[in-house]
Amino acid sequence: MGLLDAGITKHNVLVTSVDNVLNWARLSSLWPMGFGLACCAIEMMATNASNYDLERFGIFPRSSPRQSDLMIVAGTVTMKMAERVIRLYEQMPEPRYVLSMGSCSNCGGPYWEHGYHVLKGVDRIIPVDVYVPGCPPRPESLIGGLMKVQELIRMEQIGISRADALKKLAEKSVDPQSVIETERKVAHA
Amino acid sequence: MEEGHVLSHSVQQSAAAYAIIHDKFGDAVTAFDANETMPFFEVLDTAVWPEIALFMRDNPKLKFNYMACLSGVDYQSEDKVGIVCNLESLGQLNHKIAVKVKCARTGGSIPSVAGVWHTANWHEREAYDLFGMLFSSHPDMRRILCPDDWEGHPLLKDYKVQESYHGIKVPY
Repeated sequence: MGLLDAGITKHNVLVTSVDNVLNWARLSSLWPMGFGLACCAIEMMATNASNYDLERFGIFPRSSPRQSDLMIVAGTVTMKMAERVIRLYEQMPEPRYVLSMGSCSNCGGPYWEHGYHVLKGVDRIIPVDVYVPGCPPRPESLIGGLMKVQELIRMEQIGISRADALKKLAEKSVDPQSVIETERKVAHA
Repeated sequence: MEEGHVLSHSVQQSAAAYAIIHDKFGDAVTAFDANETMPFFEVLDTAVWPEIALFMRDNPKLKFNYMACLSGVDYQSEDKVGIVCNLESLGQLNHKIAVKVKCARTGGSIPSVAGVWHTANWHEREAYDLFGMLFSSHPDMRRILCPDDWEGHPLLKDYKVQESYHGIKVPY
């Protein structure tokens, strides 16, 4: 469903909508903010590095919230850090996306009951678009989550709200099982 | 093998160190607990604790030059809180001992030994932060881990987390 799948004619002409072009440009250079909070950050850094190479998706960590499109909340958000996370989120220009990585930032994780200092889910303070489960999630999971963010951007149009785009994304959810099985068959052949 | 137990070499060393301290301070300290994992004695007269600490550091037969750890403990049934200091003579006499000091559970205070071992500075702040005992004549008696405006001392056994912090809900 990518822009290039539409096909280009012999004369290098491509007919598409403005929405499509804008979304293609935005989802092909998602710049996350380069910050990590705990062990999930180690996994995020590994995903950025050469083995998993996030740059092939145009994903490249930026060191300022003002240059970032995406906030990857990678790790345990403490009560002390929570207010800083809010401030960083507010400093990001719109449209901005939030990916919550790992159990801690999803719901408090292992600290849910006795962790007096841990925020029980980053969605209590900022709106989260994609949750990646795991403790910590493997790089494949993070990449899966990032591709979900890309899908979300693809669902957006001028004039429709983020909530509507998320609803569209939920309706168009793809079951990966059939894709995995096809790939497996190809690999064995 | 009399009475079924023989003290190991390191506990014997600790016992010898204790004997010197006991000779000097007498009833201010309890009897020596010669257990294998962490031989210790307790300071009963908390007011002389800094003096004992200084003696332990500077006496040529003791030379406890290294504070390995200072932990807090909540003795809820005794209505007390306390500290456990693990002291060693590192690279000098190579013996070690633990010292326990207790105070009242609410509003209690223990004299600071931050001037004797600098390690104690932050460790005492941590014990205060999590257990609530104050350390008198500490150079910088503030919380160290929790935010300054946090309510309560989280490692007390009857601690209940506050409902909200700066408008953010705290419990699950």
